[in-house]
Amino acid sequence: MIEVRVFATLRQGREKITLLPAGGFPTAADVLRQLGIPAEAVSILLINGFHSKPENPVKDGDILALFPPVGGG
Amino acid sequence: MSGAYCEKLARINLSTGEIKVEKLDLALAHKFIGGRGLGTKMLYDEGVAAVDPLSPANKLIYITGPMTGTQSPSSGRYMVVTKSPLTGMIACSNSGGIWGAKLKYAGWDAIIVEGEAPEWTYLTIEDDKIGLHKAEEYLGMMSEELDEVLRAKHGEDASVLNIGPAGEKKVLLAAILNDKDRAAGRSGVGAVMGSKKLKAIVVRAARRDLDNIADSEALKAANLRALRAIGANPVTGSGLRQLGTAVLVNIVNNIGAFPTNNWQGSYDTQGEAISGETLAEKYLVKPHACHRCPIACGRIVNVNGHVCGGPEYEPLWAYGGNCGNDDLNIIDECNRLCNEYGLDAISTPCTIAAAMELYQRGYIREEECGGVPLVWGSTRALVEWTRRMGDPESDLAWLMSSGSARLCEHYGHPEFSMSVKKQEMPAYDARAIQGIGITYATSNRGGCHVRGYMISPEVLGLPQQLDRTAIDGKAAWAKIFQDLTAVIDSMGNCLFTSFALGAQEYTDLLNAATGTHHTAEEVLQIGDRIYNIERMFNKAAGMKPEEDRLPRRLMTEPVADGPSEGMLSKIEITLPMYYEARGWVNAFPTDETLKKLGLDECVGK
Repeated sequence: MIEVRVFATLRQGREKITLLPAGGFPTAADVLRQLGIPAEAVSILLINGFHSKPENPVKDGDILALFPPVGGG
Repeated sequence: MSGAYCEKLARINLSTGEIKVEKLDLALAHKFIGGRGLGTKMLYDEGVAAVDPLSPANKLIYITGPMTGTQSPSSGRYMVVTKSPLTGMIACSNSGGIWGAKLKYAGWDAIIVEGEAPEWTYLTIEDDKIGLHKAEEYLGMMSEELDEVLRAKHGEDASVLNIGPAGEKKVLLAAILNDKDRAAGRSGVGAVMGSKKLKAIVVRAARRDLDNIADSEALKAANLRALRAIGANPVTGSGLRQLGTAVLVNIVNNIGAFPTNNWQGSYDTQGEAISGETLAEKYLVKPHACHRCPIACGRIVNVNGHVCGGPEYEPLWAYGGNCGNDDLNIIDECNRLCNEYGLDAISTPCTIAAAMELYQRGYIREEECGGVPLVWGSTRALVEWTRRMGDPESDLAWLMSSGSARLCEHYGHPEFSMSVKKQEMPAYDARAIQGIGITYATSNRGGCHVRGYMISPEVLGLPQQLDRTAIDGKAAWAKIFQDLTAVIDSMGNCLFTSFALGAQEYTDLLNAATGTHHTAEEVLQIGDRIYNIERMFNKAAGMKPEEDRLPRRLMTEPVADGPSEGMLSKIEITLPMYYEARGWVNAFPTDETLKKLGLDECVGK
């Protein structure tokens, strides 16, 4: 399974964590499409803690974390 | 035409009670902008680098920037510049709220406080009238009550700056508070104020705006462009308002750079419980904005029925994962206590974490803990030891109140202090993020993230995404961030505008307000100059080259868990790259660099 974690405003209308079968979603873009998240709504896309792009492949056991544009200090 | 500066400083000698009105050296102000830059230059010139920080010879400069009080967005900042009793080096603590703007409206660029009052005193500044008052009756009073009492006495429109019990007792982690819950938090500036027996400064002003902008039309246009950019940027336009800086908990944790248990781990399985999302869901009352700020990153929270200022990301991390705690309500309570007692809300919990590790390893014994053992995750310990550090009585409380470096040194294990130059590092694991490690190691005020917020490109992807594990180019980036930050601080704008604005935007604002004609490159060079005068202050204060370094743990103990498992800091490689980018040798600027930056007075020193 792929574990997809969404944060901040991406949680509106969505589960905090979604599990998906790896076989059906070869790339992060496929995962975004499945969750109905437009790519431009995601500012930080992590795969297993590392910054990635939508075209990056995902595999069984991966953890995706998706954040909208945020700041800090 | 002075252009945004009041051109007036008040120099108050508390030993003699003498109050002198001085004219601002406008050429010097333009050369160092104001705020952090000008304040440091003045202290350097007045020989403060060599003094004992808690002696009457130290000086406190409460100083604004030219933009402070203008209609520029997020322009209410002021800073406290002095020699730090915690680090022995330059301190410049920056705060928001409205106090700084009020000082400008009252007609003052800065207040310089010297000497030591014979008895406890507070100051009032009401336009051009400065008064000294007895403050004995306010001793022991906490920030919120003091704010209300002094405003009831002097005017509800007044703005109050104060120390709490921690500053009164000259605790090295003491902060200066203003407007109840905004803080000039770091480097023990509150202790210096306490050593002068100065309890508070109350400011009132009839005016609500400045009327001496060099080119009002140009500033209006530049403000509008800046406001549009801030509004259009998703971070400053809505992101920070929705979740505050607390939004970082889940981000930093999910990359595995969230130090836990005094940096023994770097991933918090309970991170969600102390996240910005949970804060918003359970305790947030509303966002809060400082003077003329459209970003509104502040949090007003409900802590057990008490509505007050809420925690930033750093205290959330420090009282949370770094102490093995997942109770968010307790973090809110501890943050409130830091504001009330007047304590640095980063260094205080980081020192508690160091104490918890010493306790874990058996160096601090239960008998020393006065009934409150320093056990990981103990909410009772977090609350009680914060109080004790804010008003120390026992030996251990006094030791802890002096910071983790002195605490760990006392127990013979300095390696457990996660600090640089004796100031505790904030909330990002430099083993997992290489560039922030350069910032921590080289910041002139010790362990600090805001002085060169490499988290922006390495974690948030602003202005572009850098590979957090890479070292190429990081030194050059760190220098640019440090230089631009020095400019923004000195101008009196809030650093958070930099998520949306770049060097050119700041240059336009500064030129329009003050009448200068800088290019963006020249403005960045002024930032470089400011960074170097701070470094020369530190050199004169006796800083050793080896103090530009990270704690041993970050070079020898790989990240133990989480997504960044196995990583170490490569600071031994990046530090020389940084010195090269700066034109420094062995931690200090070469004469050639000093001359290039117009710091001829520092050559040969």
